[in-house]
Amino acid sequence: MRDTLTKFASFAYAGLIYGFIFLPVAVLVLFSFQDGRLPVPPFNGFSLQWYEAVFADRKLMAALANSFMVAIVSSVIACLLGFLAAYALARYKLPGSALQRGLLIAPMTVSYLIIALGLLTVLNTFGIKLSLWTVGIGHVVINLPLCFAIIYSSMGDHHINIERAARDLGASDFKVMTLVTAPMLLPSILAAFFLSVTFSWDEFIIAFLLSRFDVTLPVEIWSLLRSGLNPKTNAIGSLVFLVSVAVLAVLELTLFGRTKKS
Amino acid sequence: MTAAVSVANATKTFGAFTALNDVSLDIRAGEFIVLLGPSGCGKTTLLSILGGFQSPTKGRVTIAGKDMTSVPPARRPTTTMFQDYALFPHMKLRDNVGFGLRMRGMAKAERDEKALGFLDLVGLKASADKKPHELSGGQRQRVALARALAVDPDVLLLDEPLGALDLKLRRQMQDELKAIQKRVGTTFVHVTHDQEEAMAIADRIVVMNQGRIEDFGPPADIYMRPRSVFSAGFMGEVNFIPGTVKAVEGASATVETAVGSMTLPVASFTAAAPVAGQAVTLCIRPEHFRRAGQADGPTVSLGEATITGSAFFGTHYRRHLKPTAAPDLSIVAHMPQSTAVADGQIVPLAVNLADIVALPAGR
Repeated sequence: MRDTLTKFASFAYAGLIYGFIFLPVAVLVLFSFQDGRLPVPPFNGFSLQWYEAVFADRKLMAALANSFMVAIVSSVIACLLGFLAAYALARYKLPGSALQRGLLIAPMTVSYLIIALGLLTVLNTFGIKLSLWTVGIGHVVINLPLCFAIIYSSMGDHHINIERAARDLGASDFKVMTLVTAPMLLPSILAAFFLSVTFSWDEFIIAFLLSRFDVTLPVEIWSLLRSGLNPKTNAIGSLVFLVSVAVLAVLELTLFGRTKKS
Repeated sequence: MTAAVSVANATKTFGAFTALNDVSLDIRAGEFIVLLGPSGCGKTTLLSILGGFQSPTKGRVTIAGKDMTSVPPARRPTTTMFQDYALFPHMKLRDNVGFGLRMRGMAKAERDEKALGFLDLVGLKASADKKPHELSGGQRQRVALARALAVDPDVLLLDEPLGALDLKLRRQMQDELKAIQKRVGTTFVHVTHDQEEAMAIADRIVVMNQGRIEDFGPPADIYMRPRSVFSAGFMGEVNFIPGTVKAVEGASATVETAVGSMTLPVASFTAAAPVAGQAVTLCIRPEHFRRAGQADGPTVSLGEATITGSAFFGTHYRRHLKPTAAPDLSIVAHMPQSTAVADGQIVPLAVNLADIVALPAGR
C-alpha cells in the first residue's frame, strides 16, 4: 500500500516537472497547426497553412539562413580558439595559469545584455558597422568560455604520454596537435561545437543589439511578434525548437553514446 | 638497426633532489640491458635522458658515436615504449604502427605493408583493423612494441612495459620480448623493479640505487658475485654476516666473524681488494649452505646452529637458524626437500668457499 503510494507520488512529481518544462512548448507546437487566425484555444482543427506561410516568407527564410550561418561560423571559431587555449593551459606552464583560466571562463557569468552593450560601445568606437559578422563576434564571446571549459576538462594527464609517443615517433608539434590531440578529443570538441550551435541559434539579445539590416531568426521572430500573435510565429517557433532538438539528438546518439562504450 | 650507447658522468637534479648522480654507462650495440632498482632510484630518469625527454644537468649521452645530449626525441635514433602503452586511441592498429613511418613521409600503401609486417611479428596481424580499446592489456603491449620497432630505431627504450600485466602473462611476454630482441637485433634498454624479470631477459643488468649505479654485469655475475651490499640484497634473499679483515697474505685474507674465523681467497672480495683492519660484510645466499661432508669443493664451517623455524616451499625447505656462537644473528638457509630436521635441532653449517662474497661494510 505504502509502496504504491510512493510510486504514485513520484510519478505525479515527475509528471508535474515535465509538464512545467514542456507544456509551453507543447502548446506552441499544437497551435502552430491551428486552423484559424489566432493561436489561442479553442483548437479549431489541424492545418499546415502556417507552415506554408513560413516557407513562403522570404524574410523569414533569409533570417533562417543567416542564423544557420552565424551559428556554424561562430561555433567553429569558438571551438578552435577554445581548443587552442585549452591545449596551451593544459600542456604548458604559463604565467598565472589559474588566473588565465578564470579570465577565459569569466564571460559565462556576465549577462548577455552587458556583453552586447560592451561590444556595441567598442564597435562604435572603432567605427565598425553592425552586420551578421558583429553578431558572430558576440556569439564567439559567449560561446568561447563554454568551448574552452568542455575541451579543457577532457584533456587528461593520460593524454600527455600519448602526445609524447607521437613526438618520439617524429611528429612535429603541429602534427601532434592535428593528428593526435584533436582527433583524440574529438568527442568533446564536437560536444562543445553542437552546444555552441544551439546557443547561438537561440540567442536573441546580442543578435538584436549587434545586427542591422540582415538579422537572425530570433530577431525576425521578435519583429513578427510586434504585429500581434499569429499562428505563423508558432510555426516558426516550432521549427526553431525542432532544429535544437535535432542537434541535441545527434549529439546524444553519436557522441555521448560512443563515449560510454570506450 | 642497432647502435652502442654511452652515458658519461650524467647527473640530473630537480631542485635539491638528485635523481641521477654522476652515472657512466657503456652499452654495446645489440645488447639487452635492464635498468633495475627500487622506485626513485633514478632508472626512469636515466631512460628519459636516453630518450631525450629530459636533458641531464651535467654529462653527455652518445648514441652510435654521435653526441645526443641536447637532441630532441623526434630526431634521436631511439623510440620509447611507454608504461601505459600510449597508443593512439582513435587510430586502427595498422595506423598506430604506421604512425612513425607516416611522420617520415612514407606513402600509405608502403607503410601499411610495413605496419602489417610488424603486427605479424608480434602476432596481431589479424587485428590490424581493430582499435586499441578492443584489445587486452597484453595485446596493447605488443602493439606498442610493434609501433616502436616499426621506425627501425637503433635503440628501443622500454619503461616498465610489463608492470601492468599479471604474473603469468608477464613471464610469457618476457620470453617474447627476448625472442623479438634477438630477431631484430636492436639495442634494448628496459626499466624494471622486478629482479626476476631482469634476470629472465637481460644480457647485462644495471643495478641502481639513489641515483647511482651499484652494479653492472651479466645476471649470473650480479647474483653470484655482487659488487655492493645493496646489489646483493636487491637481487634476492641473502644473509649478511659482519666481520673484520685480520690479515692479508698473498692471494687470501683471514676474516674474523661472530661465527668463527675463515680464510677467503682475494677473489671473494668483489668490490675492492681486502685491507687489514677493514670492516667487511660477508654475503651468503640461503641456497649456498651445505651440511658438512655434502659439499663439492673446499668449504668453510660456520659452526653449529639451532633451527628456530621451518617452512616448506616446494622446491626446498626455508629454515631460520640461530648460530650457537652468535645468538643475535639470524640466518636463513634453504635445505633440500629430503632433509628431515625438527625445530630446536642443532645442525652444523658449512658453505662452499667459492660461494662467499665479501664486501666493504656499510655500503
